[in-house]
Amino acid sequence: MQSGEDNRIDSELLSSYINQTFRKESHQTLPKRTDISSILIIGSGPIVIGQACEFDYSGTQACKVLREEGYRIILVNSNPATIMTDPDLADATYVEPITPEFLEKIIDRERPDVILPTMGGQTALNAAVALAESGVLEKYGVELIGAKLDAIKKSEDRELFQAAMNRIGLETPRGAFVRSLDEAMEVVESIGLPIIIRPSFTLGGTGGGAAYNMQEYREKVEHGLSSSPIREVLVEESIMGWKEYELEVMRDLKDNVVIICSIENFDPMGVHTGDSITVAPAQTLTDKEYQAMRDAAKRIIREIGVETGGSNIQFATNPENGKMLVIEMNPRVSRSSALASKATGFPIAKIAAKLAIGYTLDEIPNDITKQTPASFEPTIDYCVVKIPRWDFEKFKGVDDTLGVQMKSVGEAMAIGRTFKESFQKALRSLEQDRHGLGMDGKDSFLVRELSESKRAEWRKKIIDRLKHPKPENVFYLRHALQLGVTPEELHQVTRIDRWFLHNIKQIVDFEEELTSYTL
Amino acid sequence: MKTKLALENGSVFPGESFGASSEVTGEVVFNTSMTGYQEILSDPSYAGQIVTMTYPLIGNYGINLEDLESVKPQVAGFVVKEYFDYYSNFRATGSLGDWLEEHGIPGIQGIDTRMLTKMIREGGALRGVLSAVDLDDDRLVAKARRSPQMKGLDLTRQVTTAEPYRWDDIDRTPFALRPQARKDRNGRKWNVVAYDYGVKHNILRRLTSYGCSLNVVPSSWPAEKVLELDPDGIFLSNGPGDPAAVRYAIENLKKLIGRKPIFGICLGHQLLALALGGKTYKLKFGHRGANHPVKNLLTQEIEITSQNHGFAVDPESLDPSAIEMTHVNLNDNTNEGLRHRELPVFSVQYHPEASPGPHDSDYLFVRFLEMMEHQAVSVGSNAR
Repeated sequence: MQSGEDNRIDSELLSSYINQTFRKESHQTLPKRTDISSILIIGSGPIVIGQACEFDYSGTQACKVLREEGYRIILVNSNPATIMTDPDLADATYVEPITPEFLEKIIDRERPDVILPTMGGQTALNAAVALAESGVLEKYGVELIGAKLDAIKKSEDRELFQAAMNRIGLETPRGAFVRSLDEAMEVVESIGLPIIIRPSFTLGGTGGGAAYNMQEYREKVEHGLSSSPIREVLVEESIMGWKEYELEVMRDLKDNVVIICSIENFDPMGVHTGDSITVAPAQTLTDKEYQAMRDAAKRIIREIGVETGGSNIQFATNPENGKMLVIEMNPRVSRSSALASKATGFPIAKIAAKLAIGYTLDEIPNDITKQTPASFEPTIDYCVVKIPRWDFEKFKGVDDTLGVQMKSVGEAMAIGRTFKESFQKALRSLEQDRHGLGMDGKDSFLVRELSESKRAEWRKKIIDRLKHPKPENVFYLRHALQLGVTPEELHQVTRIDRWFLHNIKQIVDFEEELTSYTL
Repeated sequence: MKTKLALENGSVFPGESFGASSEVTGEVVFNTSMTGYQEILSDPSYAGQIVTMTYPLIGNYGINLEDLESVKPQVAGFVVKEYFDYYSNFRATGSLGDWLEEHGIPGIQGIDTRMLTKMIREGGALRGVLSAVDLDDDRLVAKARRSPQMKGLDLTRQVTTAEPYRWDDIDRTPFALRPQARKDRNGRKWNVVAYDYGVKHNILRRLTSYGCSLNVVPSSWPAEKVLELDPDGIFLSNGPGDPAAVRYAIENLKKLIGRKPIFGICLGHQLLALALGGKTYKLKFGHRGANHPVKNLLTQEIEITSQNHGFAVDPESLDPSAIEMTHVNLNDNTNEGLRHRELPVFSVQYHPEASPGPHDSDYLFVRFLEMMEHQAVSVGSNAR
C-alpha cells in the first residue's frame, strides 16, 4: 500500500506525456495545390445503358468548380449532347473518341499537369488505366488525381480486391477461378451448394448459371469450361436473395472520412443495383448493424487507397443472421453518387473535385447551410425512393428478366415523408402512364371483378410471374395482395424484405378502404 | 386511439397513440439520428424528456435485447411521424410499441414532426404534455405550463444506481468493436470507479472491453469512499438534467481532481468543468443526433460524433492557463472537450461510446487507459 503522498501524480512528467500522445501527428493545414495549373477531365462518352447523364452531371460540376479555382480545364468527351461540352465550361474542349490514342494526342498538345479520371464513369477510369499502363502518363509527366492506378486496380481486380478485404478482416463472396472439373470439385467442398458458375470472357455471361445439386454443378462447370475461350470458370458462393446495401463515402488528404448516404435496395441481391428500386436512407438496419457497415466502409476506402473524393461501396447481408459481405467498391463518382447528392443535398461531385486538388472536408463550406463545413454526415428527415425505367418495347426480343446485367434506361427519384409517399411519387414520375400503385384507372383487369375460379388461376399465374424479377413486378405485388397472398408468402417468393412488402400492403389496404366509400 | 401533444407555447398536435395510453409531462426535444431509436429511448440522459425523432419512419427494425443502454426506456414520452408496427430484422424480439407499452411509456404518431422540430429550433426547447387520457386543448396547455423547468433540475437522483455494483460485461454481438484489453504491467485489470449519473451501458462495456474492472457508484458517493478503493482511475458518466444543480457531485469532484486520472463524458464533462471553476449554460435547443462534426484541436482531425446534451460548458469561464479546450463543435463552435494542462484530467461533451452513432471517437478510451498507465509509471518513479 502506498502512502497518500506517493499516490499523487508527477504532473510535469504527465503533461509532457499528454502533449506527446494527444498531439501525436499534428497535420499541417493543407492548402490548395499550386504546383499544378491545368487539369484534363475525361468524360464518359456516348450514352449507353448503365452509363448515362449522371456522368455529365458529375463532369460538369467538376469543370465548373475547378475552373472557379483558377485551373485551366481541358475536357474530352465524344458526346456533344452533354452540358459539359458547352464551350464556356472548359478552356479547351475536345469532342474526340475516348481512346488511349486520342487521349495521348490531346495530352501531347495540351500538356496537362494532372488527369482527373473519376468523373466520367467506368469509361474514363478505363482510359486512365490504359494511359498509365502504356507509359503515356510517365512520358508526359502527367499525374492521376482523385484515384491512383494502384487504387483503381485494387478495386477492379477480383483477386486483389478479395486479398485487400481479407487483410482488413472483411469477407467477400467466397469463390475461385477453376480450369478443370477436378479443381471445381475441390472448390465446391469448401463453399457448398447452391453455387454460381460464371465462365470467363464469354459475351453477356453465356454458359453460366446457378447449380442446386452436384449433378447440375458438374454439368454447368463442364458446359462453362467449354464455352469459355480460355477454359476458365469462376465458381462463387450464391448470395441470391440477400439484402443489398450501398454506402457513399468521401475521403480527403487528411484522412477524414465521412459517409454521405446509405441506400437500401428494395430488390434483393441478384438484381443489378441500376435495375433495383432503391431507398435512402437504409430502413431496416439497427444502429449497431449500420455502424458496423460504416466502420467497414472507412476501412475499405483506406485499404484500397482512394486518397480523395467519393467512392461507392456495395454490401450484401444475410437476412437470417446479419452476416455481411463486401460486394464491390467503385473508386469514383458513380450512378448512386448522383442519387445520393440529390437525396441529401451534399454535392458529391463538386466536393470530390475540390478534394482532388488538395482541399480538406473541414475547409469546404456546406452548400446548404453555408455556415457549417462539408465535413459532416447528412441526416435527413424524409425518405427517398428511386425507381428505374425500362423500355423493352424498343428492344424487341430481349429477355425482360432482370439480373446481374443492367437493363434500365432511366430512373425517377422522389422525396416524401414516408416510404409510401415517395414510392407513389416516383412511380408516377416515370411517365409510363401509371399514376402510382392503384386507383389510377389503368389496370388491365380488376381483381374484385374476377370470379372465384379465375381468382385461383390468377393467383397462381401471378406468383409464378413474381418468381422472376421483371420490370412490372411492383404492379403484380399489388394484385397478389389483392388476391389475398400474404406479405410473408410474397417474401418467400421474391425475397423482397418484409418491411417493404408490408408498406406495399398498406397502400393496397388503403385503396380497399377508399373504394368502400361512396361519394 | 386519439392522443395529443400540447406545448407551453399553446400549440397542440393531435395524433394517434402507440405504446402506453397515459399522460406525461416533460421537456420536448428532438434527435436527428436516423438509426438507433432503441438506444436513444433507453439512454438515462433523456429522463424527464419527451423525445421526437426528426427521421420520420420509426419502429422498422423492432426491439432487441442486445442494444439497450439501460434496463428500460427512460424517456418520458416518444413522438414520431410514422410508427411502423411491422418490424423486420433478424435480431428483433418484439415491436417498439409493445416494448413501450410494457414499460408504461406513451408514444404519439402521425403528427408533423418537422413543424414541431422547427418550433423547437426557433423557440428553444419547450415544456410539453403528451396525453391519451385528457384531450382538452386548454387543460393540456395549462398542464405543460405548470410542468417543471429543466434549468435547476437535478435528475441524476432519479436514474443513478441505489447501491454500488461491479460491472464486467462486454458487448459480445458480432457488431461490437473488438475488445482491445490493455492490462497493466503486472497483467492486472485497471481498477476504475465509475460515477453513475445515469450511465449508458455501452460506456461500461467499452471500458471493460479495454480491460477495466469497474466499480459503479451512485452519483452522491463521497470522494473519500472513492479514494478508499484506491482506483487507477475515475470515470464520470453521462446523465440528465442541469449540471449546476448537482452540487454534491461537484464538491466530490473538487476533492478528486489531481488525486487520480479522471475521464468524463457529457454530464461528467460539465460537472468536471464546474469543479474546475467553470460555468455551464443551457443551449437553445441542444445537440441530439449522430452526425455532429467535432474538430480535435490538438490533432486537427475531424470526428463525426454522437451527441445528447441540453447544457454546455462556457469555455470563457475557465482559466486558460490551467485548462485547455481540446474539442470544438464545427456546427456552432461550442465547446466539446477540455483537459487540464498539468493534471491527468480530461473530458468530452459528446459520446465516444456511440450507441447510437459513429465509432470515430473510441480512441478517447485509449487515452484514459494511457493516462492510467502513465500514472502507474509516474507513481512508480516517485516511490523510487
